[in-house]
Amino acid sequence: MYKISKSSLILSISLIVIGLLSSIYAFIDDAHAAWTSLVFNNYFFLGISIFAVFFVALQHVAEAGWSTVIKRVPEAIMTFLPYACGIMIFIVVAALMHWNHIYHWLEPGIMTVGSENYDKIIAGKEAYLNPIFFLVRSIIYVVVWIYCAKRLRDISLQGDLEGGLGDKAYSKGITVSAWFIVFFAVSSSMAAWDWIMSIDTHWFSTLFGWYIFSEWAAIGFTTILLFCLFLRKQGYLQDLNQSIIHDLGKWVFAFSVVWTYMWFSQFMLIWYANIPEEVTYFMERIELPNYNFLFWFSAGLNFVVPTIVLMSRDSKRNSNNLIVACIVILIGHWINSYLLFAPGTLHDHGHLGFKEIGMGLGFVGLFLLIIFRSLTKRSLNIKHHPFLEESKHLHT
Amino acid sequence: MNKKVLYAIFDDEEILLESVKVLRSKEIEIEEVYSPFPVHGLDVALGFKETRMAITAFIYGCIGLSFGGLLIYYIMISGVGKSWPMNIGGKPNFTFYQNFPAFVPIMFECTVLFAGHLMSLTYFFRNKLYPGATTTSPDPRTTDDKFLMEIIVEGDDNKMRKLLKRNWCF
Repeated sequence: MYKISKSSLILSISLIVIGLLSSIYAFIDDAHAAWTSLVFNNYFFLGISIFAVFFVALQHVAEAGWSTVIKRVPEAIMTFLPYACGIMIFIVVAALMHWNHIYHWLEPGIMTVGSENYDKIIAGKEAYLNPIFFLVRSIIYVVVWIYCAKRLRDISLQGDLEGGLGDKAYSKGITVSAWFIVFFAVSSSMAAWDWIMSIDTHWFSTLFGWYIFSEWAAIGFTTILLFCLFLRKQGYLQDLNQSIIHDLGKWVFAFSVVWTYMWFSQFMLIWYANIPEEVTYFMERIELPNYNFLFWFSAGLNFVVPTIVLMSRDSKRNSNNLIVACIVILIGHWINSYLLFAPGTLHDHGHLGFKEIGMGLGFVGLFLLIIFRSLTKRSLNIKHHPFLEESKHLHT
Repeated sequence: MNKKVLYAIFDDEEILLESVKVLRSKEIEIEEVYSPFPVHGLDVALGFKETRMAITAFIYGCIGLSFGGLLIYYIMISGVGKSWPMNIGGKPNFTFYQNFPAFVPIMFECTVLFAGHLMSLTYFFRNKLYPGATTTSPDPRTTDDKFLMEIIVEGDDNKMRKLLKRNWCF
């Protein structure tokens, strides 16, 4: 059983306090910027926790054995999902009530002919981008995701009691996972369009869903790896051998490259075609001085650092090296998440400053606290799993 | 001293791996192991030096990257004495860096092409797998389902035979 050490508890609670204080200050100071900050920070941690569900589902459908020893870690990370989803639904409802102005297409009169707000292009998208459908879609994603996460967690515990394959918990897990992956394939893309791409309403990219998924995968694997290393350092997960760490390091490296591939594919095609309605997205990010540096800097952190630091075999087997690389990747993707939202909502007066960082730290604190608490609820030593021995003796 | 070559044949890779560990712990030199498929952990158990293939891959990748860069620079920017740089779609085509995004796919593909092909060739060369090469395995069953361990014994080989028998080989 995991026990929260005193220093972890103090750290997470003080981070939450910092987050609360900076959120209050941010909302008093500039509510519009504060909402943007809330939505992008929440998106980041939502991505990590939904990816943990995907990871567990993936191990089930692939009948993978290597990750059995660490499966409590993604199972704990997915307990943050209800909180992140709750905040996301709150933001969506707030947007519909016009408490915030994150989604430009929700402005009143924007789809009525003759109104001074009327926008012909946005009105053409009314069939998809209308308030009711938007809310219903958001709720459907969130409910199914949370339900699947809950089911997978329960099945995992049941499997610990029963053990073995057959019609027991293990094969039930495969069924749930398969349905979840099918649903997630569509809903991750659609959630990315709804919650993120619709901010830049005129613009669209057919690659966007994959781009967001690759980012979720990169930060998801990074977080799983960091928690594994942390738990082993604290004296838990003694069956975790260096080959599993090596494999997780490979995933982090691979998905950093996949993210770059998506990022670059999207950028290069738009840059090459140079069509006015498409380039606006990158014009805002590259030409505005407040985003220009962040745009290139985050791409550097997310691609150049993992490529150089994580390429060789020895570096993926060195825990300290991995910790540094993972933290850099998380920071890089956090900046990139900011760039997904801020240029569309704040245009030329967005700044990534102390208020955003403070709110981010608050989310880190909440995330850590919830995950530590759910780690205490189940034994970290897995029993009776059909692939447990394979995982203990994994060799790469 | 007369030298003898002993062939120990196994039909399970786990037992083979175990025997290799036992023999190496008794400081017996194992000449070679033949296996129909790569056995996880065998290279470590045999005490082989880590492969340098990754380093060659990196070097070949760098060569490919520079080749791709030079190629595209020659075709799209410089030409012979700046004679015929190509203008496609009105993109800025006078400097390399302004066109860089369009050149990335070519440079990437060249990197992959060079690394992949040259690595395969290096592998063949290093294992002497030129066209018309014949197998060095002493027993054709090692291409099917048997594992063969080759040990060179000086002097009395009965002790070694006993030891191997004890480790379930036949």
